[in-house]
Amino acid sequence: MPLFQARVLVSLRASVLDPAGEATRAAAERLGVVGVNRLRIGKAIEVELEAPDRSEAQARLELLSNRLLANPVIEDWSLEILEAAGGVQE
Amino acid sequence: MTVGIVVFPGSNCDRDVRWALEGCLGVPTRFLWHGERDLAGIGAVVLPGGFSYGDYLRCGAIARFAPVLEEVRRFAEAGGPVLGICNGFQVLTEMGLLPGVLSRNRDLHFLCQSAELIVQPGGCHWLQGYGSGERIQLPIAHGEGRYQVEASTLHQLEQEGQVVLRYAANPNGSVGDVAGLTNAAGNVLGLMPHPERSCDPWIGGLDGKRLLAAALA
Repeated sequence: MPLFQARVLVSLRASVLDPAGEATRAAAERLGVVGVNRLRIGKAIEVELEAPDRSEAQARLELLSNRLLANPVIEDWSLEILEAAGGVQE
Repeated sequence: MTVGIVVFPGSNCDRDVRWALEGCLGVPTRFLWHGERDLAGIGAVVLPGGFSYGDYLRCGAIARFAPVLEEVRRFAEAGGPVLGICNGFQVLTEMGLLPGVLSRNRDLHFLCQSAELIVQPGGCHWLQGYGSGERIQLPIAHGEGRYQVEASTLHQLEQEGQVVLRYAANPNGSVGDVAGLTNAAGNVLGLMPHPERSCDPWIGGLDGKRLLAAALA
């Protein structure tokens, strides 16, 4: 069974206030890093998945992202899939 | 009649709710562990405050898949009274029993204080003991209580009278000053303030007592 490595990036939708990102941006200024106009905090979730083929892997990861990893009310997500070499040995 | 109090790993207001219901109101309760499926004899369900499953991923996101909540969903859809307090409100939104989501407070602070609320009970089962426009004081204690929902949904909720509790002075940046919401049928209520901490004059108020007493109604 092929093994897929995926990374799901979850970010707050542009319209949603990100107070933690804003506080971090302010800290960047205090560090002396100038010019940081915008800083938004999201999550990167790494997933290893066994699936018969790439389209099935894609479908499962989309379901996972939509229904669990992100809350579409306030978050967007994007998905990156890499097929691992060799797959899983039975 | 027995009130079921759902207990997740990380719940921390379950015993406060039991104390308020049994000690202050004389209502029998039963703890419902997150893996349970038996709601026999339960007349109302409370999802208490706390940090279910450590609030991993998002508040309420993991709790939503607890076996007991499949039964609570059926119970709610059949018209059974369900009350979600604080983390319980977050769980109700993640389950989709109430719209929207609770996100990080505007000013990032964990807020632990008294909040003045304006009640518009409408058809909400839990608020029938309060007058329309009545102002009450309940404690709040949350880091993620900023209610977020699309403007069109908020407008619809307001039109339908589902925004039943509003902050008189918005402490956390919630849209529409939302402190509590009911569903269209009025049997499900989610709120960030803690009525169970306001049922005994010794700890500073009685304004939550009529709300919890509605479990009996």
